[in-house]
Amino acid sequence: MVRDVAFGQYFSGKSFIHRLDPRAKILLLIAFLVIIFCAFNYFSLLIVTIFTVLCVAFSGVSPKFYFKSLKVIVFIVIITSVLNLFYGTGEPLWQWSIFKITANGINRALFVTVRIICLIIASSCLTFTTSPTELTDAIERLMKPLNKIHFPVHEIAMMMSLALRFVPTLLEETDKIMAAQKARGADMDSGNLVKRAKALIPILIPLFVSAFRRAYDIATAMECRCYRGGSGRTKMKTVHMSMRDGAACILTTLMIIGVIVCNLIFTAVI
Amino acid sequence: MDFISLENVVFSYNEEPDAPKALDSVSLDIKKGEFVALLGHNGCGKSTVAKHLNAMLLPDSGKVFVDGDDTCDEEKTYEIRKKVGLVLQNPDNQLVASIVEEDVAFGPENLGIDPKEIRKRVDYALKAVGMYDFRENAPYKLSGGQKQRVAIAGILAMFPECIVLDEPTAMLDPNGREEVMSTLVKLNREKNITIVLITHFMDEAVLADRVVVMDSGKILTQGTPYDVFSQIELLKKHRLDVPQATELAYKLRGCGVKFDRLPLNAQECVKMLREVLK
Amino acid sequence: MSSILELKNLSFVYGLKTPFEKKAVDNVSLTINRGEFIGVIGHTGSGKSTLVQMLNGLIKPTDGQVLFDGEDIWKNPKDIRKIRFKVGMVFQYPEYQLFEETVYKDIAFGPLNMGKNADEIDNAVRRAAEFTGLGLNLLQKSPFELSGGEKRRAAIAGVIAMDPEVLVLDEPTAGLDPVGRDVLLSQIVQYHKNRSNTVILVSHSMEDIARVADKIIVMNKSHLVMFDKTREVFSRGRDLEKIGLRVPQVTKIMLELKEQGFELPDSVLTVDEAFSALSDLLKKEGKIW
Repeated sequence: MVRDVAFGQYFSGKSFIHRLDPRAKILLLIAFLVIIFCAFNYFSLLIVTIFTVLCVAFSGVSPKFYFKSLKVIVFIVIITSVLNLFYGTGEPLWQWSIFKITANGINRALFVTVRIICLIIASSCLTFTTSPTELTDAIERLMKPLNKIHFPVHEIAMMMSLALRFVPTLLEETDKIMAAQKARGADMDSGNLVKRAKALIPILIPLFVSAFRRAYDIATAMECRCYRGGSGRTKMKTVHMSMRDGAACILTTLMIIGVIVCNLIFTAVI
Repeated sequence: MDFISLENVVFSYNEEPDAPKALDSVSLDIKKGEFVALLGHNGCGKSTVAKHLNAMLLPDSGKVFVDGDDTCDEEKTYEIRKKVGLVLQNPDNQLVASIVEEDVAFGPENLGIDPKEIRKRVDYALKAVGMYDFRENAPYKLSGGQKQRVAIAGILAMFPECIVLDEPTAMLDPNGREEVMSTLVKLNREKNITIVLITHFMDEAVLADRVVVMDSGKILTQGTPYDVFSQIELLKKHRLDVPQATELAYKLRGCGVKFDRLPLNAQECVKMLREVLK
Repeated sequence: MSSILELKNLSFVYGLKTPFEKKAVDNVSLTINRGEFIGVIGHTGSGKSTLVQMLNGLIKPTDGQVLFDGEDIWKNPKDIRKIRFKVGMVFQYPEYQLFEETVYKDIAFGPLNMGKNADEIDNAVRRAAEFTGLGLNLLQKSPFELSGGEKRRAAIAGVIAMDPEVLVLDEPTAGLDPVGRDVLLSQIVQYHKNRSNTVILVSHSMEDIARVADKIIVMNKSHLVMFDKTREVFSRGRDLEKIGLRVPQVTKIMLELKEQGFELPDSVLTVDEAFSALSDLLKKEGKIW
């Protein structure tokens, strides 16, 4: 079933990370994503990994769900690490025709695997602990300066949050339409590529029609609830940086300094 | 003047002069605190009436006044929408946020209310419809009746004086219908909120103080549920449903059984038949 | 009467072997005969939708068998598509599946998938349109131009056009107004009479079920709790109430009067039946003439 996809899933809670300011979470995540790719030796990689584990621990979300989000990218991880394994430079440890494995290759494979996993887990940590509304809200606030150059920040944030709200609804609808067309003998599992693409038409057209109908209804409903754009709007959930955010920033900064220091002391292995 | 009054409202969705009229000179008054049910077939104009009550549509001719304000006065539009909230048929298509409480906050947020006050209103509204325990859920995980109650809470958080509901139960199962109906009755009795309910279901209409029956853009008849459902021939002629209890008693009266009035629900009917059979 | 569908210890579990495992249908066995009009009632989530979707192989049972004409429909999983032409399935709000340029082409989608030739398809489309009361003038229109009720009928015609031996309808009258409901229901009854095939109607409206069904399947919490003649099922009004289901208003009135000791029939399904039973009783007692 399509609705099993863990896309944009959010688990409500009151953990340390849940209660961080979403803006801080976004900025810290960006910093972390950059630093992941600056870990060039085992020690800095270890620091990055420990930090990721801490994120999971402080998020209050069961590790089971992090594994579930990793499942989706298992294939990508395997492909990239296998490719890296054979692309190392230096003395081959093992060779068979054009395939050779070097110490450098093993390191590369190890680093790329750990990096991708940390990247996915850290990003999941953000979506798991921040509701879509909070997330779009934070993006809206962070991008506010762009208003000065007449960039429609509020409108874009509104569109994003509406899109997130309707992803599960439309996925469910896709399931229903598929079942209905299968019941009329639609064959979606066999034939060549062209035939399969054609078989999507009976699904996509009703889906689009329904999305437009919904959009029209939503517009009416929003107008009925006095929506008139971003000006004059307030927010129920106000955010302000607190001690907690300060602590998170210090922790992240320490981690970044640790990685940099390790990079300076120890030699790079890739 | 009554809280809402429609005076000879004419409206057509098509601009051509001889196009069919969705509303053909409709006059209707709704008092504060009243529970009005609006009945009629698809296309009889009842949804058009609903959209006139909160200035989503403006009359071609005639006037609509809400709490003394003319709906054509553009400066009053949001004032009117704040006082008269509209709940639509499809519960899926009127929830805009991914978390229940954030959705309920949407209206007050648009009104520019202070965050602390919004929090209070959201909690109040969710408690009033019995959805407080679900405040952190995602709307798509709720049942139809629950979604529709959240939609009602979303209106309620704007502190309206009147809630208009356009076939809110059409897409719900019997349990969902019951949840929504008991919520409406409660809001009307306990919080004195004026309710205008558009429905196809007679068993819902009998709960109202007043039933208004529409046909082809006109008001066919109106009165208390007893008055309206006693006019069985008129309703049947326009192919509207009558509660089975009422129809049964009506038929028996036709062959000489004496009833003071016609029953509207099963309990009443049993009681009256027992009297007769004794 | 010969059986057409036989369910043997049918079960379905959602999310098998995951933490979210949930039994939707639990060990259901029953036999449906050719030509019967079956009503299916139960709460949302009682398993009735899952049950009917197993009848045409849209959902594969996790346990048990569905026999069509005595043969397991999953005997050869590659042929499962064929069973869908024999057991036609109309979903809730079927108008949302319309997609073709014209109503004609949309109704022809099923027969086309069956591999019929142009003449056969034309025949099937016209007959299906007639059965559902769609005017032939509507066939060349875009389905998106039709009114709500017409769309619904066009979508149902799309399933009828496959000429299935069993027609399953899930809440076909949901969201229609009283006239629309009445007309559609009469057309289904008429279709059943003319084609004398099997019809399975899932509905929340006890009044509708009482009017049309020969037999009723009652589902509760994934179990089959009753499967009997309509009259028998509704005579057990109290049992139905216990699982939170209703009986038609008039049935309830008559059951309560009977419980209070009046001499009345066991199960009354329509206003007319109630009227004649009551007027007979009143005449007997000399209260009316």
